[in-house]
Amino acid sequence: MAEVSLTSVEKYYGKFKAVHGIDLQIEDGEFVVLVGPSGCGKSTTLRMIAGLENISGGEVTIGDRVVNDLPPRERNISMVFQNYALYPHMTVRENLGFSLKIANQPESAIDKAVDEAAHILGLDELMDRRPGELSGGQRQRVAMGRAIVRHPDVYLFDEPLSNLDAKLRTQMRVEIKKLHKKVGNTIIYVTHDQVEAMTLADRIVLMKDGHIIQAGTPLELFDAPVDTFVATFIGSPPMNLLNAKISGPSMVLEDGAQLPVPTDAKDLVRDGQDVVLGFRADSLSPVGHGIEETGLKAEVELDVQLTEPLGTETLLFVDFGGKEVQAKMHNPRHVAVGETLTFQLQIDKCHLFDASSGRAIRN
Amino acid sequence: MRMRRLPEWLVLLLPAIIVTAAVVLIPLLFSLYSSFTPYKLTRPSTLWIWIGTLNYEKILADWNFWSAFGRTILFLTVVLNLELLLGLGIALVINRITWGQRALRTIIMFPMMFSPILVGFQFKFIFNDNIGLVNNTLQSLGISDAALPWLVDAKLAMFSIMFAEIWMSTSIFAILILAGLYAIPRDPLEAAEVDGCTAWQKFRHITLPFLMPFIFIAMTIRSLDVARAYDIVQIMTGGGPARRTELLWTLMSRTGYVDARMGLANAMGYVSIILSIIFTVYFFRKLSAARNELGMGG
Repeated sequence: MAEVSLTSVEKYYGKFKAVHGIDLQIEDGEFVVLVGPSGCGKSTTLRMIAGLENISGGEVTIGDRVVNDLPPRERNISMVFQNYALYPHMTVRENLGFSLKIANQPESAIDKAVDEAAHILGLDELMDRRPGELSGGQRQRVAMGRAIVRHPDVYLFDEPLSNLDAKLRTQMRVEIKKLHKKVGNTIIYVTHDQVEAMTLADRIVLMKDGHIIQAGTPLELFDAPVDTFVATFIGSPPMNLLNAKISGPSMVLEDGAQLPVPTDAKDLVRDGQDVVLGFRADSLSPVGHGIEETGLKAEVELDVQLTEPLGTETLLFVDFGGKEVQAKMHNPRHVAVGETLTFQLQIDKCHLFDASSGRAIRN
Repeated sequence: MRMRRLPEWLVLLLPAIIVTAAVVLIPLLFSLYSSFTPYKLTRPSTLWIWIGTLNYEKILADWNFWSAFGRTILFLTVVLNLELLLGLGIALVINRITWGQRALRTIIMFPMMFSPILVGFQFKFIFNDNIGLVNNTLQSLGISDAALPWLVDAKLAMFSIMFAEIWMSTSIFAILILAGLYAIPRDPLEAAEVDGCTAWQKFRHITLPFLMPFIFIAMTIRSLDVARAYDIVQIMTGGGPARRTELLWTLMSRTGYVDARMGLANAMGYVSIILSIIFTVYFFRKLSAARNELGMGG
């Protein structure tokens, strides 16, 4: 059990700066997910914590030890790799027990720890097989088992689910969450999948181009994105963004349509300012098919371009403000393409971003 | 009259069968037959005298043959093991080098580019007791004042031949093992580091098992190669002096071509093939076991 803290951690590859002075405090027992698009530096950061990459600058501490110059084996961490990284020439049992064998633990202690881990992950039946004889999901479970036998201070997961199919991924996600509940250790988890981040994390750290853009609970990132990048990265479907210009008490969209400025944003914007209006699909629904909310609303007539029925709700693609946006219809009925419906936009649930910097003006 | 037509598969295979028969099968059967005759190259009519297993009986009782046989096994064992160790070392070092790796890889292959005959001449000069490089160096440095009989003393002569053989062919091991090192996935190595392995443990438990198939391929190739060692030995010592460095092939070629007793030489050939077969079967077994272990099947 341990806290992990990163202070101004940097990584250079030659002249290229992959990670720009990251600061991050991770509590004991916290489940932190590093998420971001490919090349954002999340895996590099994880590998620096693991000791598999040199740290070019700054300081990483695990517990109360500065680990910058410690090799991975002295950091008391476990890691689960994207490609499982099992030892192909060892059976499942040998794979699980390898780290303990290396540490010269007595045979009986190894067997006990291995059996316990195998039991937690449901591997009892597979103990004498080699990794080559296992399915992807089983291999991933062995990789996780290998991580938990050691009772390390910190678990590191490097995109552990990205090689699995969609159904298995959902299953394993639940298993990982249960595992965390059971063992309660600090977990740092890297993924590019925002759904994994939202569902697993106590705290999400969203990265881009080697910087942390926003860190917070899943709902904080969802409800109060600090900029348009976070707004479009977190949440599915992504937040709709429309360019608009403030004109007195209203916002003028690119196609000339006018909407009122959200009630509490009036003092935050100035006349003539270019803004980006952001709203989630849930905030735009056909009248009578939305979630009842208090606050300012606006009604607009829009043509439906495409529908995606999902069962309990239907996503409607409509042209609005010169762009295609997604709206959500609760308690859906059949909607024909080309049909014109009256939509209600929850103005007070809208986000405003500065058009030039992309930073949030109002969340 | 209807011609009987040969079945199609036979017609299609016929060219291959004819060629194989002409270049492999018939010579093989012929040599096998001749090992049961007192065939002498100088008296062709002897080819038609059947003497049964007399040649084989002679060989089994021949001390010279068995000492050459034993010496060949010793030669094989020492040369293969040393080449493996040196090749492994070279490969590991080259694998660690980040700058100039390509150039080095090419340079270590230079010895393979020379004809074994020339390598033989080169080392014959190097180990020559009067004008040789080794003795001159030893004497100039004051390490030894006598001229060591490198190619005359039984032990030293074997050592010199082994040295030449190893010099020429270690790079085969190095290259094959290097290919093995390149083929090791990075993930298990990193997992081992996180699991707490020291550099040595990582090598012992992860790298080495991954290299085993490559090592056994190299072993198989080289065991066949070394078992038919002839050129270097023939040039450096000719199997002598007084049979001190006699290996199977120098003995056989002397029996067959110098003494012209081809029937006897062929019989020796068939006995000594056993050696190559044993080594090959052994290494192939090991190879498929190592591959199975890595889940490569086959």
